[in-house]
Amino acid sequence: MRCAGIDIGSCTIKLAVLENGKLVLSRTSVTSHNPLETARDLMDGAVFDVITATGYGRHLIKGHLACPAISEITAFVLGARFFPDRCGSILDIGGQDTKAISLDNEGNLCKFEMNDRCAAGTGRFLEVMATQLGFTLEEFSAAALSAKRAEKINSMCTVFAESEVVSLITQGAKRNEVALGIHKAIVSRSAGLLKRVAPPRGKIFFAGGVAMNDCVRILLENEMGRPVVVPPDPQIVGAIGAALSASEDA
Amino acid sequence: MSDYTKMWESLGLDLKGHDALLSVLGNAYSDIFLSQKNRPEGMKYFDFVMSEVHGLRIKELMDAKAQGRNVIGSYCVFVPEELVLAVDGVAVGLCAGAEFNFEGAETLLPRNTCSLIKSAFGFKLGKVCPYLEACDIVVGENTCDGKKKAYEILAPLVKDLYIMDLPQTKSEMGKALLKEEYRRFIAKLEKVSGKKVTAASLKKAVEIVNAKRKAVKRLAAIRAADPAPISGLDALLVNQVFFHDDPARFTDSVNKLCDELELRVKKGTGVFPKGTTRVVVSGCPMAVPNWKVPVLIESSKAVIVGEESCVGERGTRWLTEVKGNTVDELLDAITDRYFNIDCAVFTPNPSRVDYVKEMTKKLHAQGVIHYSLQFCQPYIMESGPFEKELETSGIPTLRLETDYSQEDAGQLKTRIEAFVERLKKK
Repeated sequence: MRCAGIDIGSCTIKLAVLENGKLVLSRTSVTSHNPLETARDLMDGAVFDVITATGYGRHLIKGHLACPAISEITAFVLGARFFPDRCGSILDIGGQDTKAISLDNEGNLCKFEMNDRCAAGTGRFLEVMATQLGFTLEEFSAAALSAKRAEKINSMCTVFAESEVVSLITQGAKRNEVALGIHKAIVSRSAGLLKRVAPPRGKIFFAGGVAMNDCVRILLENEMGRPVVVPPDPQIVGAIGAALSASEDA
Repeated sequence: MSDYTKMWESLGLDLKGHDALLSVLGNAYSDIFLSQKNRPEGMKYFDFVMSEVHGLRIKELMDAKAQGRNVIGSYCVFVPEELVLAVDGVAVGLCAGAEFNFEGAETLLPRNTCSLIKSAFGFKLGKVCPYLEACDIVVGENTCDGKKKAYEILAPLVKDLYIMDLPQTKSEMGKALLKEEYRRFIAKLEKVSGKKVTAASLKKAVEIVNAKRKAVKRLAAIRAADPAPISGLDALLVNQVFFHDDPARFTDSVNKLCDELELRVKKGTGVFPKGTTRVVVSGCPMAVPNWKVPVLIESSKAVIVGEESCVGERGTRWLTEVKGNTVDELLDAITDRYFNIDCAVFTPNPSRVDYVKEMTKKLHAQGVIHYSLQFCQPYIMESGPFEKELETSGIPTLRLETDYSQEDAGQLKTRIEAFVERLKKK
C-alpha cells in the first residue's frame, strides 16, 4: 500500500509518498497564485492508493480530490514520529506561521501555540529581510553566523522591521551584524512560544523551511539549552505526517 | 414582511446603511443557521424572531412606548431587568456583534478598542440600531475601563445616558455599593416613568425574570445529552434572543423547544452523531450577529455543549430568591443574586474557573475553548491562569483571541481543528 500526504503551505506545497514505512517519493514546489494547479502538477505521475491533505490549503483541495484533511499540528506530530529521535517538543517555522508543540512520552500532542494572525517572525519575515540586505537565503544565514555582535532589531512586524533595517543601514551598521540581529529576533520569539507550551525537557524537533537555516538552529539550541534535531528535509515533515495519517485510516 | 420603513424613518435610522446591515445579517443567518441539519422544530420561533429583529419587535417597543411604557437599554448583565419590569418598562440588550462602521467608531475611539465597544459606536454613529434609538434611558455600567471611558464619549450622543457604578471585589462593601446603585437606579426609573416600584410590582418582575432564566437553565441542562439534541449555534441564538424578546413569550418558546429536545434525548436523536467531540466555550460575550467562533468550531467536527459567558450561563445561572415583603427586602434578594455574577472585572474571580470545571463535568465536555475579544483586558488577563488551572485539572484548554473581522478565520480554523484532534485522541 502506498500512502501519500500533501501539505499545501503558504509558500511551498509538499508531497510525500510512503510504502512499507519508507519514504519513496518526495516533491516540493512553490505554491504560486494557483495552489490547486500546483498541487495537481506535483501529484502528476505519483502513484499512491490513499492520500490525506494538510496545510493552510487543505480544505481547498478537499472539494477536488476525495481525501480527508488534518490540521498541520496533527500532521507535524505524526510526521515527527517518522524520524528516529524521540523529542519533547516540535517547532515548525513555516512561510506564514510558527507552531510550537509539546509532546508526551509516547509522542502524542499535549499542547500547542501558534503565532497570532500576522506573519511576524516567520519564514516570510526572514525572506523579506534577506532581500532587504541583498542576500540570498543561504548567504543570509552564513553572514549572520560570521558576525561577532548583533544589532538589536526591536520589531517583529515585517513592515516595521524593514524600516528599522533601512535606518540601521543608513546609520552605517554592518550588514552581517544586522543579519544576526534579525536571526536573534526570530529565535527569541520562537523560543517564547516553545516555553509557553512545554516543560523544558527532551530534544526539540525543528521542522519547516526555516529549519534549513543553520544560524536559526544554532541560536535556538543556545537559547533553549536543549538539543535541536533537524530532519534531513525539514520541509517535508508535514506531508509525511499526512501520509502516515492516510495509512492509519486505510 | 410588513413595510417598516416609516417606523425606521421616525426613529431617525439611516435607511441605506440599515438596509445594507439587514441584508448582510439576513444572508449570514441563512448561511449559518438555516443550513444546519436536523434542527429542532422549536427553532422556527427563533428564526421568526430573527427575521423580524428590526421589524415586529421594534413595532412592539413603539406600541409599548405609545402606551406610556419606557424602553430601557443596557450593555451588561449587571443591570437588573427586574427593576425595569417593576415600573412596567421594557428592557433591551444593546450589545452589538457586527463589524459595522468601525471607521466611524474610530473617529471617536482609539483603534485598540475591543470590537464590542467599537460595534456599539459603529451602530450609533451609523444610525442603524432601532433598539438604541427607541430607548428612553441607556444604562452604561462601570465594568471594564474600555466601557467606562467609552460611556463618557457616548453620553452626548444618546438621549439619556445613565451611569451605574459597579463594585470590583466580592466584599461586604462591594455588595453594599451594588445595592445602593440598584436603589439609585430605581429612583431614576421611577422619575422617568412616573411609576412607583412596589413590593407587589417587584415581586411580579422577579417571577417573570426567574421564569425566563429557568427556561434557559432547562435548555442548558438538556445539552448534557449525547448525541447533542441542539447545536451550540442554535443554543447561543436562544441566549442572544434572551436580551431583546418579550420575556413571557420567550419563556414559553424556550420551554416548548425544551419539550421537543427532551423527546429527542429520550429517542436518542440529535444534531450531530453520538460521540462527536464536545466543548464548552468560555469568555467574552457574543452579541448578535457574532457567530464567528461557534461556526468555526461546529464546522470542525465538534459541538458546543455550553457557554460560560454573559450571553450564556454567567448571565442566567442564578435565580433570584423570592423572599421578603418590602421593596427593600426584595432588593436585598436581587442584590444577592446579581452579586454572584463572576465577571472578570472582579478581583479575584475564582468562582468562574470553578464553574467551568463543573460545567465540563456535567455536560460531558472533553475540552474548553477560551474566547477573548482582542483588547478585552479583564478576560485576556484572566485567560492565562484560567488555562493553567484547567490544564492542571486535566481539562485541555485552547485560548483564542480574536475580533469581529474574518481575516484570521483560517488561522483560527487550524487551531480549532488541531484542538479537536487533540481531544479525539484522549
